[in-house]
Amino acid sequence: MSDPIKITEKCVFCGMCVKACPFGAITQAQKKTAPVIDLQKCTLCGSCVVACKFDAIWMKEKSSSGIDLASFKDVWVFAEQHEGVIQSITFELLGEGRKLADSLGMKLCAVLLGNNVQARADELIARGADKVYLVDRPELAYFQDESYANVLIELVKKHKPNVFLCGASTIGRSLVSRVAVPVNAGLTADCTGLAIDPVTKNLLQTRPAFGGNIMATIEAPNSRPQMSTVRHKVMKEAEVNPARKGEVCLETIADVLLQCRAKRLKFIPEVETTTNIAEANIIVAGGRGMQTAEHFGMLRELADVIGAGVGASRAAVDSNWIAYSHQVGQTGKTVCPKIYIAVGISGQIQHLAGMQSSDIIVAINKDPDAPIFKVATYGIVGDLFTILPLLTREFKKVLGK
Amino acid sequence: MRYVVCIKQVPETTDVKINPETNTLMRDGVVSIINPFDMYAIEEGLRLKAKTGGTVTVLSMGPPQADAALREAIAMGADDGILLSDRAFAGSDTWATSYTIAMAIRKIGNFDLILCGKQASDGDTAQVGPGIAVHLDLPQITYVRKIESIDDKTIVAERLMENGYEVIQSPLPCVLTVVKEINEPRLPSLKGKMAAKKAVIPCWKAVDLQCDPKCIGMEGSPTKVVKIFTPPARQGGEVMKGEPSEIVPQLVAKLKDAILGASH
Ligand SMILES: Cc1cc2nc3c(=O)[nH]c(=O)nc-3n(C[C@H](O)[C@H](O)[C@H](O)COP(=O)(O)OP(=O)(O)OC[C@H]3O[C@@H](n4cnc5c(N)ncnc54)[C@H](O)[C@@H]3O)c2cc1C
Ligand SMILES: Nc1ncnc2c1ncn2[C@@H]1O[C@H](COP(=O)(O)O)[C@@H](O)[C@H]1O
Repeated sequence: MSDPIKITEKCVFCGMCVKACPFGAITQAQKKTAPVIDLQKCTLCGSCVVACKFDAIWMKEKSSSGIDLASFKDVWVFAEQHEGVIQSITFELLGEGRKLADSLGMKLCAVLLGNNVQARADELIARGADKVYLVDRPELAYFQDESYANVLIELVKKHKPNVFLCGASTIGRSLVSRVAVPVNAGLTADCTGLAIDPVTKNLLQTRPAFGGNIMATIEAPNSRPQMSTVRHKVMKEAEVNPARKGEVCLETIADVLLQCRAKRLKFIPEVETTTNIAEANIIVAGGRGMQTAEHFGMLRELADVIGAGVGASRAAVDSNWIAYSHQVGQTGKTVCPKIYIAVGISGQIQHLAGMQSSDIIVAINKDPDAPIFKVATYGIVGDLFTILPLLTREFKKVLGK
Repeated sequence: MRYVVCIKQVPETTDVKINPETNTLMRDGVVSIINPFDMYAIEEGLRLKAKTGGTVTVLSMGPPQADAALREAIAMGADDGILLSDRAFAGSDTWATSYTIAMAIRKIGNFDLILCGKQASDGDTAQVGPGIAVHLDLPQITYVRKIESIDDKTIVAERLMENGYEVIQSPLPCVLTVVKEINEPRLPSLKGKMAAKKAVIPCWKAVDLQCDPKCIGMEGSPTKVVKIFTPPARQGGEVMKGEPSEIVPQLVAKLKDAILGASH
């Protein structure tokens, strides 16, 4: 097989391509010698082709997929519900989806799967959906990968959406990964920015990679639908407008598509009251500085007063002071709350990877050189065992609790 | 029982930086490691093997250097490793990656369980595991935090959800993606290290897998990275020092509005 990218004789060894390559895949042994492309590092992004003023880089054109892109219409949002309650991420998707639909001149549609959820369709319309595709079946009462994916695949093939958004939640990521493959769609994970290219009308999907150290913008120019999962708490929720009108389409689905090989035997809810930290607007997180499991009680007290979820560093989780589902960071969860209060957490890179996009970061640490202060909006240098109780008391007073 | 563990070689996050002058990724001298979540997948494969007998095969798609990751897994106790490496795979996104890995697993043949990490630390997509499952038309259990039981036909596992956990039963073969809670990965043993040194690791190319050229590399990847950039650096803000009884009320005053705004 011939190389998909080559530097041709037109090259004048100027080295512009070396500078342009975002992946460091092009090197020049010395100035004024021929640059070499390392195909193991090259992602064929085309930055060098654009940068070359001499038209000297040849890249294989991707053959067109042969599909009629124009036949794909509308922006879809997967409506995630747990026990019939629409999750807030859905409202965030509707808020963002509305903007995308308007700039494409298309409809915004929600897809709702569940059992006895018909009444919820109005909620989606009030939040901006022009149309709701509803599949209401006992088999869909709770999320199961295979049946949910089968239904979505069926609906996508039938109605051909242009854009398909889903929350980057546990369910969302498991689900749409199974949908994108059979419909031959591009799928971009955990997006934090979405926009429509004014010229090509392609969806520009921006997302963090390498734990948030870099950002990448991704397109799927030749395939439809353009699918993305979207990070919690980044997009603004759509406002409720009960006067809005919309259409509900009841979809019928063949029974065989609702069969699952992997079956849920039971579900055990977690005891902690405010568990889903990915959805929390405020998080109070504790680290090794908390010293014991009992001391996490102090964090929970503060969390109750200010309406926060409780997070933790890996050190705290590994010491069994709190369950793994609360761990924030590279090997835990990525969160993006309005306020993140880090107590007794040093702020190692793996922890920052999970929380550095929070709007406001507050750090409480006795070590003035702790790296967490480099990202903190407000930092207090001091002993958490003195500061935490004061903080809780002061908030109680100020918030009138 | 035959266990197949999919592992990816990734740069240690801490080392990934962008050259401020050229705005490009600096990967020179970057230490490569096995994706942290995949360490748990390897460990679980080894534990299952100890329970049921059988073999653990590790599989990695990547540049020739990914050989080192496979050897590290063998040093931990895996029986053999297979490298998928071919220039034709360059430019693969998660669609093409999961296709290629699925084709390799087909070639391996009589497998019972495929283990993946929850996600890779470079791309953080969590898409490849389920992608492999659909390409092979297999059921999946994602975010597994515990395997309750396994026999030659069935597996029962706990899946971590955002608001609790589920117990799921699936027929084998099946694809699992695992989270950190599942176990504590072991260190390589001396015997393992010897085995790793001696191991012969085959390198499979697109032709060996009978891949459809339209489904691999750039051709098989619907998505395309069009730009990378450094996020605006987060500035350290105000550090408050002094008597706690004085600074705490100051902090609360600064946060009050944001807290009231956020609790709606
Ligand atoms: C592959 C890999 C993946 C990882 N994934 C994650 C992850 O997902 N999430 C994560 O968090 N970490 C992760 N880590 C671990 C990470 O590198 C750090 O070890 C961890 O975050 C440290 O936790 P900590 O800040 O609580 O503990 P430490 O680093 O020990 O910091 C404790 C801090 O508390 C302060 N302190 C102590 N006592 C007091 C007091 N009385 N008052 C005020 N301050 C006090 C200290 O000054 C110190 O700064 C990972 C590591 C690796 C290698
Ligand atoms: N190139 C690869 N080779 C082998 N396994 C991979 C590769 N990429 C991803 N995986 C597996 O898929 C999981 C999820 O990766 P990702 O979807 O990239 O976040 C990883 O934890 C690995 O188990």
